[in-house]
Amino acid sequence: MIEVDVRLKVGVFSLDVAFANGVGVTALFGQSGAGKSLTLNIIAGLLKPDAGYVRLNGEALVDVERGVFVPVSRRRIGLVFQDSNLFPHLSVKQNLLYGRWFAPRGDRRIDFDAVVETLGIANLVSRSPTRLSGGEKQRVAIGRALLSCPRLLLLDEPLAALDVERKLEILPLIERVRDEFDVPIIYVSHAVEEVVRLASCVVIIDGGRVKSVGDPAEAFNRFAYASAANRFDRSSVLTATVEETSVAHGLTKLRHSAGTIWIAGSAGNSGSPARVIVKATDVVLSLVPPQEISARSVLGGKVANIQFEGPIATIEIELKDDGRLLATITRGALEDLALKIGSPVYALFKTAALDERSIGMANA
Amino acid sequence: MHDSIPFTLFELSPAEWTAIRLSLRIATVATFASLPFGIATAYALARCQFPGKTLVNGIVHLPLVLPPVVTGFVLLMLLGRKGVFGPYLAEIGIVFSFRWTGAAVACAVMGFPLMVRAMRLSFEAIDRRLELASETLGANRLWTFFLVNLPLAVPGIIVGAILAFAKALGEFGATITFVSNIPGETQTISAAIYSYTQVPGGDESAMRLTIVAVFIAFSALVASEIVQWRAEKRLGHGE
Repeated sequence: MIEVDVRLKVGVFSLDVAFANGVGVTALFGQSGAGKSLTLNIIAGLLKPDAGYVRLNGEALVDVERGVFVPVSRRRIGLVFQDSNLFPHLSVKQNLLYGRWFAPRGDRRIDFDAVVETLGIANLVSRSPTRLSGGEKQRVAIGRALLSCPRLLLLDEPLAALDVERKLEILPLIERVRDEFDVPIIYVSHAVEEVVRLASCVVIIDGGRVKSVGDPAEAFNRFAYASAANRFDRSSVLTATVEETSVAHGLTKLRHSAGTIWIAGSAGNSGSPARVIVKATDVVLSLVPPQEISARSVLGGKVANIQFEGPIATIEIELKDDGRLLATITRGALEDLALKIGSPVYALFKTAALDERSIGMANA
Repeated sequence: MHDSIPFTLFELSPAEWTAIRLSLRIATVATFASLPFGIATAYALARCQFPGKTLVNGIVHLPLVLPPVVTGFVLLMLLGRKGVFGPYLAEIGIVFSFRWTGAAVACAVMGFPLMVRAMRLSFEAIDRRLELASETLGANRLWTFFLVNLPLAVPGIIVGAILAFAKALGEFGATITFVSNIPGETQTISAAIYSYTQVPGGDESAMRLTIVAVFIAFSALVASEIVQWRAEKRLGHGE
């Protein structure tokens, strides 16, 4: 259980965040400069807050009012940086075992072979970290933090420095780490896909303040408008249930209370929950149930809010029974359809526009 | 051994051998004795914030900019028989004046700024995030120093030590002022060359010692290059 409630002023920027979460992955989400990394540094002990506290399983790591400050080296919190920061003078194996040596003997519960196997780095152990690729370095860095048997693992945009291919290679590894080793994780990112895929709890930070906390669908939908600076970044997160996988077409049918969502590929067993990210610019609106059209996913709901931005209107649709969906259309289309708050609409989107690689299930 | 070399220029006389051996001993002792202090000072200047840091930095570098004779005279006033600390040190059996140990002190002081400079650069070049990584893995600052800073600074430390060693071999002004020029006790290669040039017929000896000095200095430079090159190869290109 991690509890954070801290305030810090750095120049003109003021940070004031509070959140708490129990198990699984807590994601700190926000644009760069929002204060996520400051928060992470306070938790790790690299920065001292002006006021407030950080508690881990009830023990204060820092509590300004009570004068408590546990130094970094005694917090037993693993930190993985954006660039892996491996020790260049040590071998990969020595890097991996570095923190283990400092962990109290009774707490060395994480097994070297299990970590090496999970992260797929068995063939790297005798190499020098200077001869590894970016993705390999990051895997070793995660292993190194994990093998220090931390009470909490902090991942500070661990994929930001990697290309798309490497990201897709490492994301499932982080999922495995989450599921196989019983270590709570705080994951800092500004990528919705990563957060939706990994996190059970999302803390959205903007301008040094917590804007929204909750499971990914809730947190993102509550903060949808303010979080996106331009329309291409606007998206909604929907929670659905896997209904069936159509082997013939390689598609998976997801059941949402407002309709059906089709995604490419397979997404787990029937009955398991899945989260889908839908970009607002990919959504088409219709007043009648659509027929004879290639878009396969149709959700019904009614208009809850309309925001204008020059010729563009962003419409928030309250889906039937559960969830919200954003749709970006032109002002002209809005007038033609005569949409008003409360109007019933059907929202359509193409299966091909959904990134099935970002669909994941947090084992909450 | 030197008898077997037929060329008279390289037949070093016992007095010349004495000066060479003495020089090497003084320079070695001066270098190794100042090494821990040099490392500590360089690390403190590179990584720590403390009151009086600018003053410490100034004092360390003073021998580099002062005339060596002035440094020698200050040492005489501080550690000489009638100096500020000299009499107290003499009571516990430590005497520097007119002893080879005094020459080592003078050489250490003169070489110190060079040593600290090279080491400090090397400490400053270490990525701070490696230290942070070490601390998050449970190593306190002392462990981090020995496991991260020190090994990564080794090339700079060796270069600093070699520079100080070379400086100690060539030191003249401060040494001669502090402990004089006594053959067999404080007469280093430099002092011996100076003495030979002051007497008629001493040119040949001065020449031989000059060649020896050039040889030693050149070896030191080559050694430092090899150390640098090997360290760079081992650590890859930065990380």
